[in-house]
Amino acid sequence: MQSALVVDRLQFAFTVMFHYIFPQVTMGLALLIVILKTIALRTGDEHYNRAARFWAKIFGISFAAGVVTGIPMEFQFGTNWSEFSKLAGGVIGQTLAMEGMFSFFLESSFLGLFLFGEKRLGRVGHWFSAVMVFAGAWLSGYFIVATDAWMQHPVAYSLGASGAFGLKSFWGLLGNRWTLWQYPHTMIGAVQTGCFVMAAIGAFYILSQRHADYGRTFVRVGVIVGVIAAILQLYPTGDGQGAMIARYQPVTLAAMEGLFHTERGAPLAILGQPDVANQRLDNPLTIPRALSFLTYRAWTAKVKGLDQFPRDAWPDQIELVYFSYHIMVGLGTMFIAIFVMAAFLLWRGTLYRHRWMLWIIMLALPFPFIANTAGWITAETGRQPWLIYGMLRTSAGPSPLVSTGSAWFTLLGFMGLYTVLGILYLFLVYREIERGPEDGALTSSAVAS
Amino acid sequence: MGTVWFCLIALMLTVYVALDGFDLGAGIAHLFVAQNETERRVVLRTIGPVWDGNEVWLIAAGGTLYFAFPPLYAASFSGFYLPLMMVLWLLILRGISLEFRRHVTASLWTSFWSGVLFVASLLLAVFYGAALGNVVRGVPLNAQGQFFEALWTNFRPAGEKGILDWYTILAGVAALVALTLHGSLWVALKTENELHERARKFAAKLWWAVAVATVSITWASFELQPHLHASYVARPWGYIFPAIAVAGLVGVIVFLKQERRAFRASCAYVAGMLGSVAFGLYPDVLPASTNPALSLTAHNAKAPDYGLKIGLIWWIIGIILATIYSVTVYRRFAGKVSVSPEEEGY
Repeated sequence: MQSALVVDRLQFAFTVMFHYIFPQVTMGLALLIVILKTIALRTGDEHYNRAARFWAKIFGISFAAGVVTGIPMEFQFGTNWSEFSKLAGGVIGQTLAMEGMFSFFLESSFLGLFLFGEKRLGRVGHWFSAVMVFAGAWLSGYFIVATDAWMQHPVAYSLGASGAFGLKSFWGLLGNRWTLWQYPHTMIGAVQTGCFVMAAIGAFYILSQRHADYGRTFVRVGVIVGVIAAILQLYPTGDGQGAMIARYQPVTLAAMEGLFHTERGAPLAILGQPDVANQRLDNPLTIPRALSFLTYRAWTAKVKGLDQFPRDAWPDQIELVYFSYHIMVGLGTMFIAIFVMAAFLLWRGTLYRHRWMLWIIMLALPFPFIANTAGWITAETGRQPWLIYGMLRTSAGPSPLVSTGSAWFTLLGFMGLYTVLGILYLFLVYREIERGPEDGALTSSAVAS
Repeated sequence: MGTVWFCLIALMLTVYVALDGFDLGAGIAHLFVAQNETERRVVLRTIGPVWDGNEVWLIAAGGTLYFAFPPLYAASFSGFYLPLMMVLWLLILRGISLEFRRHVTASLWTSFWSGVLFVASLLLAVFYGAALGNVVRGVPLNAQGQFFEALWTNFRPAGEKGILDWYTILAGVAALVALTLHGSLWVALKTENELHERARKFAAKLWWAVAVATVSITWASFELQPHLHASYVARPWGYIFPAIAVAGLVGVIVFLKQERRAFRASCAYVAGMLGSVAFGLYPDVLPASTNPALSLTAHNAKAPDYGLKIGLIWWIIGIILATIYSVTVYRRFAGKVSVSPEEEGY
């Protein structure tokens, strides 16, 4: 069954990474659409309503892709991870079921009203439906992060005789301190994706001299929200998340930083390749003592290296944990630089004339997706070898009777289907961008969903 | 607590089948009742604004099942591994064919997605029926409460069982005709003129197929699963469910010209059939075909009570909200659908 475990993990990783392309767009855009609708409501300027309608179309396509790829995530807990589900369902079933009851009904109903009901709802009603879509999307994010946070840091449970987890405190589960950092960190990551998508398409319009007035609106909104989000991503949310890991998953922190040996005044590795066999970082570029300071706010603090922990407690993919973490942080730093520069130029009133800046914003489009994905890889491979941290090993979680062949069959099926879906998605979004916001007259807003 | 959640989940699944059932039925019927692209668009517009809300009932029911009966979720989802994964793929295909079809008007594009929609909807209906058939027939649970079924073995509901045997295929066909009827009645309810007439005539033909399928599947189920008979003998009040189903089925043909009543009767038929199955199986949630003592029941497969009690509070709040949203959406999109030239989409 060892190889079935590998395929089960691959399948979950593949399907969830593909899925998460879409929610980060919709959760981010939901906020930005509310902002556009609010400006439209307050100023009465139809320009912003058209802008919102344009983004509603992109939102609708992304939402549909997110829904259809999301259902397999819930199902896979049962299909591929039945031992885990049997044991943990009493706790995480709560958050997953609440997601369905409280966010999906809300989101899907109000999205229908938002996309199809602008004429009948009136200005305030339509604004309200946008707010409710935003609330549904962000609530959904909370329940999912709370589920993951429980696996990272199990709380509020009791253990039954059969080894099954039962819920002990409802508010304890929802108020898991891990969630309180992971949730804002995740959501702000999604906001950055939304901002880059909006600003990049705006920059594209300005640079290609089409719909330039809309392009300027998109760049402005994307940059202003983006600069706030990029900074919040680092501090306090990223910092807080890091502190949680240092406290509760010190071995994960050591893997993330590529710190093989315990040190006082530990250096922060900027670049370098972990060589696990020889327990060292090759070609290192480090900042002396910085890791100690960032982790414990003291330059000479002792940071535990991997040597402090038994081998069977090490994440099984240390290199991947290390690289995904460094990619996330590196890109996050780059985003701050881009947004701060752009915001400065915007403040000076010269942003739209600095074509090089617009080029950078446009070309940055893929990177927030990479950063968000890398963040999740850090969290989930960093949690290894545990499925429920400290309680249940990943190797004890899969369905015992699902063969490796069955798992490969479905993994390959998902790969094929998602390739088609990805191509269709890009094609349809490209068409909406080509068509542009000018086309967003009220009657044809029914096109989107 | 186990009994309460058994009823609530049965209720959610029934709502799901009654709602998404007409989406599937319309997806199947749209190739038969609509004769040109405009009419096909009208049919698809009748389900366009509601299908994803309807599908949420499946997700919510799945989540609730996971939360209330973790061992059942674990056993059934892993045991039905291959068919469930195929259901997922079909749900994806159904969703994207509805959503992506209308973005391009070229006839090759729309024909292609119509074909995908038809095949996906048809297979989903068959798979749902076959899945229910498997639950009624029982599955080879082992002492750890797990099982695995191949897609098919020798097509007999005895010995080493497969997902598909003559009984579960019969259940699949019954679901197919019943949901196609349901969807056709929905289309008749939501459309006008020739399209409406054709949908109604299509439903009238299907009715006979549904009647035959209902009788045969009922007979076969009672033959194969003695537990059903025992349940009805022990608690005769349960005959209310089959009575509702029969009344609904008769109602469909009686009220065929009064579209609203006909559709409601069809909903009653769907609810009555599913209610009959749920009642007949209780307290089993997944009968073991190997040894009845290994069956998963509403009592031995439930999560600990504290969580279930807390869940009852948020579930009730959630279901009230969900009902309000659903009613709002259906009200908003009430009335006949027609295609006016400036309205694009579907």
